[in-house]
Amino acid sequence: MALSYDQAVEKYEPTLGLEVHVELNTKSKMFCGCATEFGAEPNTQTCPICLGLPGALPVVNGRAIESTILIGLALNCQIAPFSRFARKNYFYPDMPKNFQTSQYDEPICINGYLDVEIDTDDGKMPFRVEIERVHMEEDTGKSLHVGGETGRIHGADYSLLDYNRAGIPLVEIVTKIIPGAKKYAPQVARAYVTELRDILRSLGVSDVKMEQGSMRCDVNLSLAPIGSGALGTRSETKNVNSLRSVERAVLGEVIRQSNRLDAGERIVQETRHFLEESGQTRPGRSKEQAEDYRYFPEPDLVPVVPDATWIETLRGQLPERPSARRKRLQAEWSVPDKEMDSLVNAELLDVVEETISLGAEPARARSWWLGEVSRLANEREVAPTSLITASSIAEIIVLIESGELTDKLARQVIEGVIAGEGSAKEVIEKRGLKVVSDDGALMKAIESAIAASPDTAERVRSGNIPAAGALIGAVMKATGGQADAAKVRELLLKHLGQG
Amino acid sequence: MTNIHSTAAQMSEALSEGSITSVELTEAHLVQIEKVDSKVHAFLHVDRENALAQARDVDAKRKSGEKLSALAGVPLALKDVLAQKGVPTTCGSKMLEGWRPPYDSTVVAKLKQSGVVILGKTNMDEFAMGSSTENSAYGPTHNPWDLTRIPGGSGGGSAAALASFEAPLAIGTDTGGSIRQPAAVTGTVGVKPTYGAVSRYGLVAFSSSLDQAGPCARTVLDTALLHEVIAGYDQMDSTSINAPVPQVVTAAKKLDVKGLKIGVVKELSGEGYQAGVQQRFNEALDELVKAGAEIVEVSCPNFEYALAAYYLIAPSEASSNLARFDSMRYGLRVGDDGKTSAEEVMNLTRHEGFGAEVKRRIILGTYALSSGYYDAYYGSAQKVRTLLIRDYQAAFAKADVLVSPTCPTTAFKLGENVDNPVAMYLNDIATIPVNMAGIGGMSLPCGLAPEDGLPVGFQIMSPAMKDDLMYQVGGTLEAALVSKWGKTLLSEIPALAGK
Repeated sequence: MALSYDQAVEKYEPTLGLEVHVELNTKSKMFCGCATEFGAEPNTQTCPICLGLPGALPVVNGRAIESTILIGLALNCQIAPFSRFARKNYFYPDMPKNFQTSQYDEPICINGYLDVEIDTDDGKMPFRVEIERVHMEEDTGKSLHVGGETGRIHGADYSLLDYNRAGIPLVEIVTKIIPGAKKYAPQVARAYVTELRDILRSLGVSDVKMEQGSMRCDVNLSLAPIGSGALGTRSETKNVNSLRSVERAVLGEVIRQSNRLDAGERIVQETRHFLEESGQTRPGRSKEQAEDYRYFPEPDLVPVVPDATWIETLRGQLPERPSARRKRLQAEWSVPDKEMDSLVNAELLDVVEETISLGAEPARARSWWLGEVSRLANEREVAPTSLITASSIAEIIVLIESGELTDKLARQVIEGVIAGEGSAKEVIEKRGLKVVSDDGALMKAIESAIAASPDTAERVRSGNIPAAGALIGAVMKATGGQADAAKVRELLLKHLGQG
Repeated sequence: MTNIHSTAAQMSEALSEGSITSVELTEAHLVQIEKVDSKVHAFLHVDRENALAQARDVDAKRKSGEKLSALAGVPLALKDVLAQKGVPTTCGSKMLEGWRPPYDSTVVAKLKQSGVVILGKTNMDEFAMGSSTENSAYGPTHNPWDLTRIPGGSGGGSAAALASFEAPLAIGTDTGGSIRQPAAVTGTVGVKPTYGAVSRYGLVAFSSSLDQAGPCARTVLDTALLHEVIAGYDQMDSTSINAPVPQVVTAAKKLDVKGLKIGVVKELSGEGYQAGVQQRFNEALDELVKAGAEIVEVSCPNFEYALAAYYLIAPSEASSNLARFDSMRYGLRVGDDGKTSAEEVMNLTRHEGFGAEVKRRIILGTYALSSGYYDAYYGSAQKVRTLLIRDYQAAFAKADVLVSPTCPTTAFKLGENVDNPVAMYLNDIATIPVNMAGIGGMSLPCGLAPEDGLPVGFQIMSPAMKDDLMYQVGGTLEAALVSKWGKTLLSEIPALAGK
């Protein structure tokens, strides 16, 4: 009988380790002046340096060092007063020099931590993930293996190589081993990567788009019998490319490894590939015999010796920590936990904050973004923020608050703005979407409605208030929805002696 | 009358006086190459058309009254390890046969900017690994003094071109003596500047932390003139020195060593040094004393480890630098029949493309960097390097420059040491410490050894960034010797040179 996840974590204690690669969003590559734009024609963003032509030499991109130090500071790391690049030697066609310029035993940032929050049976709990190191390296080119069964180099008919990515600055953030997550290991992994992504985004150093590969996560996981105090053999699940996948990969590996252990089989030290469809992993490269990369200090580059005052200047530039900001905003807006989570998950915090700062009432700002705009975005399969700006939504909300728009009209305005008919004001103008607030005009419509349904009017007069709904509906219809329903109700009831 | 036997300084003067044109001068050298190079084999590629085009360009500029640099219009031979846009650059290897770089090395760019006429590319030991040019994949160069003897290496082609009057100037590169040893055995002058004085950008790397390009010529002054053309800070090379170039031309013209202390390195004499070499060296010391210098003996006790440490560091770096030659992007490709895997094609190409000595060093370096051996080999070698630097510091505290014979022997016979790599390596025993410490070194002729009538080289070492000191001492010694002999050493060269 196979173990379920719940059974697995009752018997085994998971130990996590997370390695995250982040592509920095510098304009030029790590060691040359080539552009870094995503999606350019293959091999158009290359030069003798990133192609590793004989004689070419690297020069470090100062902005990449600055970004890495910022990341280190945001992760509470020590910044090494002296660090060096090293060569990691191995042969692969997408590596122009057949060595990767990386950092080895002298990384630029060490010994940090990141505090995250996880949902437990006892509510939200803090959890500290310790950071081992943050180091710089260059990305490799991209290979496309054509033909063959596996899409891998072995068995392919031929391979296409694109060196546009070769030399793009990468930062690798490695945690220390993470014990003690217990059954919450999947949540811890996800919370860590999420918080890390938010921090990197707030620093403005990377696009952090997991689906485009500008942020990639490797999940290391091992199991040991609970209480044994031992450390099991780990697997290394590569390139887990969404937050949800991070959680699923941990869950899947816990189940897979626990069942192997239960069956008396050993865990093979290997890399594994995460399968998006099934949430399972398949074996990759064995790491039983550690590959020898023959690291040695890169003789073509001088050591990185950052100035202490510069580091302090950078520390002073750190933005508010995303988790602290969430707490602050939640308090300011007095939002319940659940709705806050929805805003965070939908990545709407920034835009809601901006909408409020432009004068919109917080509750309305949240509900318009989470409701109508998100619905329209879902239909179109795009991000809400790509449809309409905070200032348009703020403008519409202000008009609602002053009674110049109803919710129904506001929806039409939003549609118009999205359709490109102009600003909110212009759409209101062009479509004639002003609320009918002229009592005279409304009274005329009310009298017509009563005349059309005298029986209903009589029931209202005799105290059947709910019957007024039909008459209000008729008035709304007659005014093309541009009347304020509350106002219509008020006038109608008064007219029928119920006000 | 200016001819191919004139010095570069004389040619420069004649050009500016208008008594000869650059085209005439270039053609005269092309005729000499035509006449003697079938015997000497100094050139791998004679770039006749480009050379004449450059010469015409300089002549036109001079005619139009443009201000030109001192060496404008003077021909030069370029070691085939420096990238020149569109011109074959093989590094003496089959691996790069037919490769034409898409860019200019910084040295070439500076030469072009100064109007120096590049005649072609000179022969060398494959990837600059060797002391005789016998490791060239295109056959050895012969010593113009005795065609059955080696011209030194790896830059034997450049030195032989000077000695056979095929060019008045040449560029060499020196990783362990590849400029100075060929200069010594051909009776010419060669300088390895301080590490970082001349940009390495576009110099196909053998050992990045040791490689240094430098000037070669038939006189100290000519070498100085070329030094000032190619030296200087380059932001394309991270290890380039960002400081003004020492005034080496002024120093070479000083002809005064009064009050200078000249340190004779005790460890670079005695056993293994040919009697005639030692004799001519001592006679040269007498000339320096006569010129007013003070001779002191200094000891560098760690020099005995220099050779061993060099043969760990240089091959280690080479094993990584030469990894890029994998047939994937340029150069030789073997076995690509559409069925063979990329990995196998890499193997076949490297098997066929590299010569025995290159393979020997790649294997040596790969081994030295392997995990488990790194500390004992590469790590210890780096410590020796530190000790060598300390030895030099102590010695330079007692003397302004240090001197020794450049090589223990005169030119040996072609084929004499091909099966005995260690004997071959020992030829560089006096030149290697200079590279290991990153200081400057010069070799100039100090006579013919009585026993074999072959040139003897006198080495002058100056502290880092004080390259002017070796030019000052070298210029003074050269003048004293020429006045003592009543002629230059090269006027003794056999009929081949065709006076």
